[in-house]
This record gives sequence, C-alpha cells and structure tokens, in this order.
Amino acid sequence: MRVLALAALMFAFGMAVASAGTLEQVKARGYLGCGVNEGTPGFSTPDAKGNWTGLDVDYCRGIAAAIFNDKTKVRFTPTASQERFAALQAGQFEVLSRNTTWTMDRDVSLGLEFIGVDFYDGQGFMVPKKLGIKSALELNNAVVCTQTGTTTELNAADFFRTHKMKYKILVYQKEAEYLAAYDMGRCDADTTDKSGLYGDRLRLKNPEDHVVLPETISKEPLGPSVRQGDPRWADLCRWVLFALINAEELGITSKNADAMRNSPSPEIRRLLGKEGAFGRSLGLTDDWAYRIIKQVGNYGEIFERNFGMQTPLKIERGLNNLWTKGGLMYAPPIR
Amino acid sequence: MLRRSVERMAARKSARQYWRSLAWQLAVVAAALLVMAWMAVNAVESLQRQHIASGFDFLNETAGFGILQTSVHYTEESSYGRVLLIGIINTIIVAVISIVLATVLGFLIGIGRLSMNWLVSKVCAAYVETLRNIPLLLQILFWYFGVLEALPYPRNSVRVGEGLFILNNRGLYLPLLQSESGAWLVWGALTIGVAAALALRSWAVRKQMATGVRPATTGMVFGILLGLPALALAATGIPFSLNWPHLDGLNFDGGLHIFPELAALAVALATYTAAYIAETVRAGLQSVSRGQREAAAALGLKPSLAVRLVLIPQAMRVIVPPLASEYLSITKNSSLAIAIGYPELVSVFAGTVLNQTGQAIEVITITMGVYLALSLLTSLLMNWYNSAQAMRGE
Ligand SMILES: N[C@@H](CCC(=O)N[C@@H](CS)C(=O)NCC(=O)O)C(=O)O
Repeated sequence: MRVLALAALMFAFGMAVASAGTLEQVKARGYLGCGVNEGTPGFSTPDAKGNWTGLDVDYCRGIAAAIFNDKTKVRFTPTASQERFAALQAGQFEVLSRNTTWTMDRDVSLGLEFIGVDFYDGQGFMVPKKLGIKSALELNNAVVCTQTGTTTELNAADFFRTHKMKYKILVYQKEAEYLAAYDMGRCDADTTDKSGLYGDRLRLKNPEDHVVLPETISKEPLGPSVRQGDPRWADLCRWVLFALINAEELGITSKNADAMRNSPSPEIRRLLGKEGAFGRSLGLTDDWAYRIIKQVGNYGEIFERNFGMQTPLKIERGLNNLWTKGGLMYAPPIR
Repeated sequence: MLRRSVERMAARKSARQYWRSLAWQLAVVAAALLVMAWMAVNAVESLQRQHIASGFDFLNETAGFGILQTSVHYTEESSYGRVLLIGIINTIIVAVISIVLATVLGFLIGIGRLSMNWLVSKVCAAYVETLRNIPLLLQILFWYFGVLEALPYPRNSVRVGEGLFILNNRGLYLPLLQSESGAWLVWGALTIGVAAALALRSWAVRKQMATGVRPATTGMVFGILLGLPALALAATGIPFSLNWPHLDGLNFDGGLHIFPELAALAVALATYTAAYIAETVRAGLQSVSRGQREAAAALGLKPSLAVRLVLIPQAMRVIVPPLASEYLSITKNSSLAIAIGYPELVSVFAGTVLNQTGQAIEVITITMGVYLALSLLTSLLMNWYNSAQAMRGE
C-alpha cells in the first residue's frame, strides 16, 4: 500500500510543488531522480547487480549527461503502474520515465506535464497459439488479464464495447502475478502495449507457444513527464529528447560525435555547441547535447540497443523511425 | 457526621476531576480536528496550485472500465460512485464468507488443541504454528496459483449435466435461481415463516425451563416453515426461473459464476485467521476452571456435550472480544486481494479509480472511511452479541 503512504504524505505536507529551481536542486544534490518501470524489457530492467538498462533508463542518463557530464549520476526509483503519478507528485523523483501513455486526462488533471513522445505504441492482445485465434475480433467472451493503473483497462473496455463482444477483465497489481495467471491459463488473452506484450512473451514458460494478434486497438504515445510548475525544467527535459532525435537525423552517433564537432554543417555545429548559446539558455553548458550523444548515443542507437534485432525483443522501428524514413520521430530544429 | 462530610468532599472532588478530565479530552479532540482541518485546507490549496483536480464530483463521472465480479447492475457506462458500491459489496462478500469459514475451522482447531487425543492435539498445534508464521500474502498466492494449477482448461471442464455443474480454471458455474415479478411474496412468506418458527422454538425452550416438559412443536415448525412459502408459491404461480450456464464464445456465460479469485482469497483468509481464532478459543476454554469440567463429568455428561453445554458457553465471554478483532482483520486483510485481481474495494476503488482520476486524497479518504464504518459495524455487532451472552450467563 505504498499509494496510501504517498497519499498520506501529500495530505500532511501538501504536494511537493515543483517550484522554479528544479535544475538547481538537482545540481546541488548531485544526481537526477528518475522514476522507472520495475522491469519491462526494453524500457527498464535492472540486472542482478542493480544496473538499469532500457530506453526509459537511457533517456534519464541523457539528462544526467547533459547536467553533470556523467550519465551515471541518476538514481532510479522503480514504481508500479498504479503508484507512478502519486510518486512523481509527492516529489520522489524529478522525471517520470516509465512507458507512460500521454493522455489528455493525465496531462491536464494530474498536475503533470508530458514533455514528448519517445516511443509510439499501441495496445494489442497476446493469446496462446493453441486457442486457434487469428484476430482480436474472435475474442468474444474472453477473459483478459492486465495490470491495474494503466490505460489498458479502459482501452480493453472500449474495444469490446465497440465490437459488441462480451469479456471479463482481470486486473492485477503487479506484472509478475498477471503474467503467471496468464501462463497458467486463467485468462485467454494478455493485453497491454504491444511493446509490453513482446516483453511479456519473453518471460513466459514457452514463449514460442504464444502469438501477438495483429490488431492495434489504441494509440499509446509513451513519453516522460515532469511535475507542473517549473517550465524551465520541462524545457530542459524536452530538449534532451529532441537532441536525441535530431542527432539521429543529422547522423551524429556516440562513435562519431567527436569528429562531428568539426563538421562544417551549421545544424550540426549548433547541436554540438560549436555555434550559438543554446546550452546556456537551458542553464547548462553549450556542449550539453554533445555530452548526451557521446555518452548515451542518439535515438536510433538507443532504440536498437534496447528493442532492435540484436535484442531478444526484435521490435521493428516502424512508427518509431525518423519522419524522413516513414516514421513519426520528428523533433523541432535547434535554432 | 464526619464520615458524611468526608464522603461529600470525595464526591465533590471526583466531580471536579470528572469535569477537568472532560475538559481536557474536549481540548485534545478540538486540537486534533483543527490540525486535520488545517491539513485539509493545505492539501486543497496545494492541489489547486498544482492544477490537480479535487473535490468529490468525480463520483458521478463515467467509469469506463469493466469489473470482474458485479452483484449489482454495472456496465462501463456506470459511475465511479457505482464502482465504489461494487467494491464495498465485494469486500463484504469475501469478508462474510471468510468469517464464517474461519470461525468454524478456528473453533474446531482450538477445541482440537485441547483434545485428550495426542495426535489430534499435535496436528492442531502444528496447524496454528505453521499458518501463523507464513505471511498472508504468500498464502493467498499459494492458494490462488494452486487452485489455478489444479483446475482444467475450459475445454476439459468437469461437467455434470448440460449446465448443472461446470468447473474449470475460469471458475465454478452453477444454475442461478432468478426471481420474476411476484417473487417478493414468496421471500416475504419465507421470512415470516423463519421468524415464526424461531419464536415458537424459544417459547418451547422457555416452557421446558419452567415446567421440565418440552411441548411438541416440530410438526408446527415445519408446517409454518414450508407451508407459508408453499402457499405463496402456489398463489403467484412459481415466480422463478433458472438461468443455466451455457457456452458462448470462448467461455461459459450465465448462471451463478464463482471466480477462482474469490475462492482462493476466502480460503486463504479463512485458514490463516482460523489459526488465530483457534488460539483465542483455546485460551477461552482454558480460562474456564477445571472444576467445571470435572463437575460436568460428575454429572455424567459425555465429553462432547460437556464442551458444548458447559465449557463453550462460559468460555465465550473470554473468546468474543478478541474474536471481534479477528473479524476486523479479515476485513482489512481482504485488501491484499489486489495481488490476485479479486475486485474488492482497494483494488477497484483505491486502485483503478484512483489512477483514472488521480484524486488520491479523496479516494483514500473514502476508502478509509468505508473500512472504519465496516469496523465499527463489526464491533457493534460483536459487542451486542457479547452483552447478550454476558447477560445470559448471569
Ligand atoms: N502505457 C500504459 C501501460 C504502461 C504499463 O504500466 N504497462 C505495464 C504492463 S507491460 C508495465 O509496464 N508493468 C511493469 C511494472 O509494473 O513494473 C500506461 O501508461 O498506462
């Protein structure tokens, strides 16, 4: 019942209202607080030694690199889906980077601010192959399992209502239990973000016995968020994300970042801090983006490292490709 | 003379003490209320500053999500207020089932622990020691996944008849008796019948106490109990129908559906709490003086009758107060259900609704209020039972 404790905290001391000066606080403290998932492959997973990897993790490391020139100066706080917003509101960390869908309600009534999209996803269903189902439209009167505190619960309800199908939904607090229940056949289908389904599948007893159905039933733009009230902090976090995407578009990678600093291209020179005072206006040094790319790589590198064909997840870039390559990743220019 | 005035002084002094302590208590309560009000104002202000929605209007908004087990009408279009109601009902359902099971099991084991039979008493002791020392959440997960493992897939359901009894890992399906219009008459007749039968019985007992002869009432009791509802049934033309479970899509539908989550949770709560109740019962029985047992034996009562008629009634006075607190902890512990997806109050309301609305303070306040109310209600019932018991013992 961490939520209860958090609510009590909020009640007793008022919220940790994000005041101007988050950056100064973080600098003074010496590390960034980053709320992540308790363990979903691709987004954030700790290894046995407590080292975190994943897209959501790398994004926070990028912020740390920009601020401290040291991508390791991050403290990760794992949060369950149900408690993530309360934890951000209560001031347990400065950035929530936890495969979280940007929805209107969350944006306008939870006191948080979404700063962009780092993974375009959509909800799907996974079923055991032996059920013999080829399409989500054959799921009439199915039992579906998912996790509480997600957009998933509502999307599933919408989907079955829209298609006039009956269903039963089982919502568990923790991913471990709902995966176990699905694996033991308590439910006909597992439903969540498709990226999550691929991650879930890896953790089943026999992953090859399960298929992800083709339908995508919702839009799940996943992205980081911060507390409302400190626009400068939100700006900083937003431009870290844009820097990652722009770097990929400009062909700057962790490997060639040093050489690229001598590039004649004005766009590249601006991003890497050779021209203009962009870093200073964020409260950072002008080589902020160089530090990020040098230490964590550009968006494409991060994606490949965590979801790509070299990983067990083997997720295609698809919508997450650059806009120039048929995807949706598009960042405003640095100028 | 002297004694009188001393007494009067003492009385005055105690009156003064009384008022003084009352004033103190009031002051403390007032201070606590003030602090709480200050915190509430503070919280609301800071919520507004942060643009976080506040207030209780959300209870009328559409919930939009599905719930596994609903015993009153519910669709996705229902309101968050309705979700609250369903959460409360589901909490009460699992609490009541667990309380009944735990009490029966707890008494059996508590009595068993004092049994002359070495094996029985050791088995009961082992039960208590084991169950009390394993965290409840683990026991719930154990039962849940144990149940799931044991039950077959829908295709291989255990089936009796077309839909008389269907058991698979989606739960147990039974035919459901559905009331049609006019059914209230039958239910009313049944209620009156039960009340009348009980009254008749207590009259017979009183008669037996007074005269030593028990009037023969069995025939009359059955007559009233069965006759009245039968008459009502005949008059209304049997206003009931059976809703049979049947296959629809991937699963069975209709009928009475008991979910594995409810079963596992109730069994886990009951077996766990039974260990504590058993200890309470043992303590209660041991508090009755040895002489009572010996006296019962001297009167020639069989041991089983001695326990039932002599020991338990006296032990009850020691057993009931701690029993009440066991019942309270069952209710509170039922909130662990969120781990296995049973949709009780904390899971649907303090879980899903809280997340959907983000109104943590309001949702948690309501949730705590409900638990408080349920606790007070349980205490009230148990106190009432206790004083009835105590009086009977005088
Ligand atoms: N994108 C959705 C779902 C995010 C979510 O919480 N997904 C689950 C299921 S894959 C998860 O990450 N669970 C892992 C955990 O709780 O640690 C949302 O923002 O509500």
